[in-house]
Amino acid sequence: MTAEVQAALEFRAVGKRYGAVEAVRDVSLTIAPRQFVALVGASGSGKSTLLKTINRLAEADSGDVVYEGDPVGSLPLPPLRRRVGYVFQSIGLFPHMTVGENIAIGPRLAGEKLSPARIAELLELVELDAGMATRMPDALSGGQRQRVGVARALAGDPHLLLMDEPFGALDPVTRDALGGRVRKLHDELGLTTIMVTHDMAEALLLADRVLVMDAGAILADETPQGLLEGRGGAVAQELVAVPRAQADRLAELAR
Amino acid sequence: MSDIWGALLKLGDQLAAHVLLSAAAIALGIAVALPLAVWASRSPAVSRAALGFASLVQTIPALALLALFFPILLSLRAVFGEGLPTLGFLPALLALSLYALLPILRNAITAQANLDPGVIEAADGVGMTFWQRLRLVEAPLSAPYIMAGIRTAAVWTIGAATLATTIGQKSLGDPIFAGLQTQNWVLVLAGCIASAGLALIADGLLGTIEKGLKTRRRALTFGGLAAVALGVGAALFAQFGGSEERRIVIGAKGFSEQYILARLIGQHLEESGYAVDYRDGLGSAVAHRAVTTGAIDVLVDYTGTIWTNQMGREDNPPRNAMLEEIAAWETDTSGTHVLGRLGFENAYGLAMRGERAAALGIESIADLADAAGGMTVGGDPEFFERPEWIAVRDTYGVRFAERRNFSPTFMYNALQSGEADVIGAYTSDGRIAADGLTILEDPQGAFPNYDAIVLLSPETGSNAAIRAAIAPLIGAIDVEAMREANLSVDREEDKLTFEEAARRLADRIGL
Repeated sequence: MTAEVQAALEFRAVGKRYGAVEAVRDVSLTIAPRQFVALVGASGSGKSTLLKTINRLAEADSGDVVYEGDPVGSLPLPPLRRRVGYVFQSIGLFPHMTVGENIAIGPRLAGEKLSPARIAELLELVELDAGMATRMPDALSGGQRQRVGVARALAGDPHLLLMDEPFGALDPVTRDALGGRVRKLHDELGLTTIMVTHDMAEALLLADRVLVMDAGAILADETPQGLLEGRGGAVAQELVAVPRAQADRLAELAR
Repeated sequence: MSDIWGALLKLGDQLAAHVLLSAAAIALGIAVALPLAVWASRSPAVSRAALGFASLVQTIPALALLALFFPILLSLRAVFGEGLPTLGFLPALLALSLYALLPILRNAITAQANLDPGVIEAADGVGMTFWQRLRLVEAPLSAPYIMAGIRTAAVWTIGAATLATTIGQKSLGDPIFAGLQTQNWVLVLAGCIASAGLALIADGLLGTIEKGLKTRRRALTFGGLAAVALGVGAALFAQFGGSEERRIVIGAKGFSEQYILARLIGQHLEESGYAVDYRDGLGSAVAHRAVTTGAIDVLVDYTGTIWTNQMGREDNPPRNAMLEEIAAWETDTSGTHVLGRLGFENAYGLAMRGERAAALGIESIADLADAAGGMTVGGDPEFFERPEWIAVRDTYGVRFAERRNFSPTFMYNALQSGEADVIGAYTSDGRIAADGLTILEDPQGAFPNYDAIVLLSPETGSNAAIRAAIAPLIGAIDVEAMREANLSVDREEDKLTFEEAARRLADRIGL
């Protein structure tokens, strides 16, 4: 590692507590541009909170998050959030706006009007028909809605895409298809992506780098390959054991 | 039916005033409730305090709330100066706005609390500022619920606005109170139908807007808004679009004689070329205060009432001395002008059914002292609070078993039906003779003299032309003429309207 490129994102001793609960404790790590990072852990492990300290949906109590050289605490909130694509677990489409208006909301807030052609292009990126732009969100299926959620996150040409359990509410088939699509977009658009998930299989299949969190701390920081080879410690291996055992059983059944 | 139709058609002026008062009160309610709701959605403490206050206001009867603004505004004159109106539009507006607050506030706060947290997080996440989030997400999603609250507030306000009549604001309550006074059910019904109809129309239009917001159909929303704006605009035009001429406002307290005399003076002034307007159904204290402050220009009041209630006097001088002192006192305290006596007296007197009084051998109030322990005394709503009653009670030592309040008209019915044994009657009332009542003698002179006198507000009193125009009425009305006029509107059959009664009275006294 000579002539180090500027990190896309850097956590410097970040801590966050909710009352007596220490949700994130002293996390330090660096994420290089174009990495696809999966943040894995059980419920309450602090993974969502850590993600939210980046665009300050949760404010860090101590330490700094540095985004492309700027500590996020020093940036005004709305522009920071418009520079970062965010996909929500709850999807969070605005029910009173059309699909097109939902996608165009970020640029609109910045005083920019998105052309219908650009909206069609964004819809195409998430494999939706351009005609969807005039539909209302409640006329869409769950999978279609989250595709719109992804298109909305990409509308401002962000360098960084944050996803908080983005596929949690979707059926397995949709989930697999959309996961694959997001990974492709990550590669095509040259994004840096951080995805929070509790599903180790999803993390292993999509990410370049898997961070395992427990009780607010990062316990393992490995490549999928490394984890499958047994590295990363006991907690990480416990999580890896589940999909591995499932795969083994399936293989056995198929025989 | 044709009577009611005719009465309805005469209510244009009251309808316009009612629409404007209600619309202004709802608008003010919205203007206060919405920012408060936004604040409350950010702070549970504010939410609790605001809802608690609004609920507390609701527990105050609307009539009392309206009346309470009179002393409140009076004390605020120390801050805002003597020009601050204490009667009429301003207090009615403030009281009704407070009343409208609760439904709007509660719906707005509930709507905010029930917004999908995922949507709110998304609004923050895509980089909305506080105001963008409010304007682009929270307001449009809450709008249908807030509109439902405004709808409720509108129906309440339009109903409660009929009570504004009692504090000197013109409204659809005018015919209701006037009709209740004389048991003229046509007038009461006309007022009720008009205000209920107005409430239904407002509810329908606001419901259309609500539906438009809910189903995101702009045509409905804007159509409803346009119809509301059109209605308020028409009312504005009806109230202010006409000539700018100054109207002389004649006040009347809430009983028949006052309504008739107000019309008599009004018709006389109109013949002299003045434009006039009426403020009917005022309480005694409110009416006196109104003429001294110029909220009304002309009022018929009674010497004994001013002597005991406004001046707080307990002695009982001869009538000329009393009138002189009152005139001097009015001039000194406010500059109000006492034009003179109308010619008759309308005293308070205790009345019984003639045959009952005869059977019990009761001729004077002193005779009541023994019998009163088993009797019920009835009075108008203010009677038992007045110093005259207290003086009579203490002078003769009468202790009644029970006392009941009636509106002046129903008081006479109560006496006939036996619900009251004795009532505080008015001596100029035509029903005393018609019902065969006996007025009990007052040998100790506990009731003062009650000559009817004409009061002019300070400004109007200094206008020689107006003084001259009313002058022919001074000394012109004897008690027989007044009793006949009163009976003509109070009797069960063949009732006259106040205007007709006033015209006949004018004919009789040769005006």
